[in-house]
Amino acid sequence: MSDDNLPTAHDAVHGHGEAAVAENPFADPGLPAHEPRRTDIDERAAKRAERQVSLMFVVSMLATVGFIASYVAIDKSKIVYIFPLGHISALNFALGMTLGVALFCIGAGAVHWARTLMSDVELPAERHAIEADDETRADVIQQFKTGAGESGFGRRKMIRNTLIGSMALVPLSGVMLLRDLGPLPEKSLDSTGWKEATPDAPIRLINMNTNEPMKAEDIGIGSLTFAKPGPSASRPGGLQETDEDFQQAIAKDALMLIRIQPDDIKDDKSKGLGFEGVLAYSKICTHVGCPISLYEQQTHHALCPCHQSTFDLSDGARVIFGPAGHPLPQLKITTDPSGYLIATQDFAKPVGPSFWERSA
Amino acid sequence: MSSSSSAKQAAPASTRAKPANKAEAAADYLDGRLGIYSLAKSNLRKIFPDHWSFMLGEICLYTFIIIILTGVYLTLFFKPSMGEVVYNGSYAPLNGIHMSEAYASTLNISFEVRGGLLIRQIHHWAAIVFVAAMFVHMMRVFFTGAFRKPREINWIFGFLLLFLGFFDGFLGYSLPDDLLSGTGIRFMEGAILAVPLVGTYISFFLFGGEFPGTDIVPRFFTIHVLLIPGIMLGLLVAHLILVFYHKHTQWAGPGRTEKNVVGMPLMPVYMAKAGGFFFLVFGIIAAMSAIASVNPVWAYGPYRPDQVSTDAQPDWYMGFAEGLIRVMPGWEVRAWGHTLNLGVFIPLMLFPLVLVAIAVYPFIESWITGDKREHHILDRPRNAPVRTALGAAWISLYLVLLSGGGNDLIATHFHLSLNDITYFVRAGSFIVPVIVFFVTKRWCLGLQRRDKEKVLHGRETGVIKRLPHGEFVEVHAQLDPTALHKLTNHEQYEPVELPAEVDENGVARKAGVVAKTRAKLSEGYFGEGNQIPKATAEEFKEITSGHGHH
Ligand code: FES
Repeated sequence: MSDDNLPTAHDAVHGHGEAAVAENPFADPGLPAHEPRRTDIDERAAKRAERQVSLMFVVSMLATVGFIASYVAIDKSKIVYIFPLGHISALNFALGMTLGVALFCIGAGAVHWARTLMSDVELPAERHAIEADDETRADVIQQFKTGAGESGFGRRKMIRNTLIGSMALVPLSGVMLLRDLGPLPEKSLDSTGWKEATPDAPIRLINMNTNEPMKAEDIGIGSLTFAKPGPSASRPGGLQETDEDFQQAIAKDALMLIRIQPDDIKDDKSKGLGFEGVLAYSKICTHVGCPISLYEQQTHHALCPCHQSTFDLSDGARVIFGPAGHPLPQLKITTDPSGYLIATQDFAKPVGPSFWERSA
Repeated sequence: MSSSSSAKQAAPASTRAKPANKAEAAADYLDGRLGIYSLAKSNLRKIFPDHWSFMLGEICLYTFIIIILTGVYLTLFFKPSMGEVVYNGSYAPLNGIHMSEAYASTLNISFEVRGGLLIRQIHHWAAIVFVAAMFVHMMRVFFTGAFRKPREINWIFGFLLLFLGFFDGFLGYSLPDDLLSGTGIRFMEGAILAVPLVGTYISFFLFGGEFPGTDIVPRFFTIHVLLIPGIMLGLLVAHLILVFYHKHTQWAGPGRTEKNVVGMPLMPVYMAKAGGFFFLVFGIIAAMSAIASVNPVWAYGPYRPDQVSTDAQPDWYMGFAEGLIRVMPGWEVRAWGHTLNLGVFIPLMLFPLVLVAIAVYPFIESWITGDKREHHILDRPRNAPVRTALGAAWISLYLVLLSGGGNDLIATHFHLSLNDITYFVRAGSFIVPVIVFFVTKRWCLGLQRRDKEKVLHGRETGVIKRLPHGEFVEVHAQLDPTALHKLTNHEQYEPVELPAEVDENGVARKAGVVAKTRAKLSEGYFGEGNQIPKATAEEFKEITSGHGHH
């Protein structure tokens, strides 16, 4: 360590804050003197720091080369096992790690450089009040008054008022233009794909998994089955995944079928809508519309996984827990002469989440 | 003719001296067109104070840049369309399945495009870190009182950035059209439907008809990549300009006053540190994306309104909204042929209100203190006990609701009853913040008391001395002037007082409700028992002059 690198005198800006005066023991002692770092006084330490910084930049370069090499060489479908991450995509891992190292080392090098070799002398800078001085303020206000006076805005009330009126109204055009974003709701939320079902033209219930119509005896006690509408006048093939509006239709038509011992059904009206203990409820939660998928056969409770609304299916799908506001609508079902489950009318109440116009 | 003779003259030379080198020549060129010298004059060596917590804002900025960079990349491959396709790609489990083009192209980005998965992961990770960093950054600004004049407007800009960040995060999450994101959109539709009067109309205009329709993904895409980022970019630039203009706040310390800013110059130290820090953040996020997978959409499958994955969880920042909606009782009012779905509508309204509560705080506090001065020195959180306690209470409410949002996960991981958690969250939303408020306040006051103790009696040295008469005492060392100054320079407000009920002429004067509220609040902030009077110079001299004892 050579002595001539040691600071001889304090920097002029240091140690001249409000001097601690005897009267005030808490006074600001002013900026402390600068403490030299090892790299400030020891040229060998400085050289070492310099090499460290460069090394990090070199590692970054190598990592970028590694990134390019990985991109070219590693197959995108290659899966590797890396402890403790498990089976992961080799390409993703290699690209991410090399990119990460390449970027990180630039950052680490720069920060190390700044911390060890750049000056760490703290400097004060004056702040200036944000507020303008009184003279400027008066001057600007005067200019504004002159301008306003020349415009006659204050004097000509009629112009002013009509201008305000027109400016207030003109954005309405923009709002108007949004109207064609979609059709009006009208009554479309009130009905579902089951609406075409009548006693003369019933719609069969189609098992969601097998795509077949089903009979009451296909449904075991305590099991949960999902169903969709079969052929109808407007949809001769029944609802199919390939239908253009499948998503929209299934969002309202999906059914959840369960079978309960008729004696266990607590709600007579609900029992009447079913067929020999088979009950068909809307699968769409009345809270905000998630499909319900969890059923506990002992208690006949159905649980919505989204916010845990729980419905008692043996009691008209009454809400027994959670944020849903009303029971799941039930579809009246029966069987046709060949024994298949059918619907002869739509849900009596709209399915899915509540809305303002919903009356039932 | 004079005009022709002047035309023949050589063009008047610039009065400027010849540039010394190419770089100076280039700078001169730009200065002649852009005026860069005047711009740089006071900024090149602009002073930035140093404290680790100041880098939280930097993380926000850098992750925002990372999000934009990776987002642009993703738009090159993503197809924001709900047109139906049958998947036929390298992810075998989904082969032959019907799905939207949006989902199929997300799978392509993940499996077909080399590095696409990485960029997707970086984009999503950066978004998570971005929102988290904004959150913590805002907390730093809140707890240190850095939002006070002249920075209230910048606080609002920051708040809007947080709010838009939440929102854009949700939209981005919705784009891949996988089973999880579709469920999120369904949630949104249900929430919109709960709006009285216009809910169904908004829903139909937003979705282009009934849920889900085919418009939502392209519409969200435009809003996610163009509208909101555009607004955010504008706000961000305004935010940074104001940071530059106001100059940074700083902690109290020797030589640091309200009138100066002490730190390192922009060039070179701050440039190197901040510039380097960008690469550190980017590097870490890239490595995280290599290691930890976030939102593996291929595992969920394409969206279908009649299917759901059981662990449906939004990103964490939406978790408290999820909590609100989960723990709300299902209140539904039916009258005159209409349904008011309070069970969904109230949470929908509370969600922004919980956020707006932080947005308006600076204005409430400045109204209570009546302080019109500029503040650049930060408060230690303990020295503003009520503010700190309010912040802590707010965070606790947030966490309670977040645990409500994850009630199913908590239930399965800790084998608790889901219903019990929900009941706890219902009660806890009201009780926990109150408890946290009082505990935090007491804690702050305890720390204030300890500071005072330290100032007056010095710091414990751990050295035990035996006095001549046998007593053992611990030696206390007097604090140095720097520490003394740090512990005593903070400001303590007096509670505002109501004007005397009778004025000097004996005429009754009525204080309005507003004045009374303000006096009450002010008492609650700065009244007796809500702050510890700091050590005075007299007390200090009294004790240190030798008459004191310990
Ligand atoms: S959607 Fe079923 S509980 Fe919320």
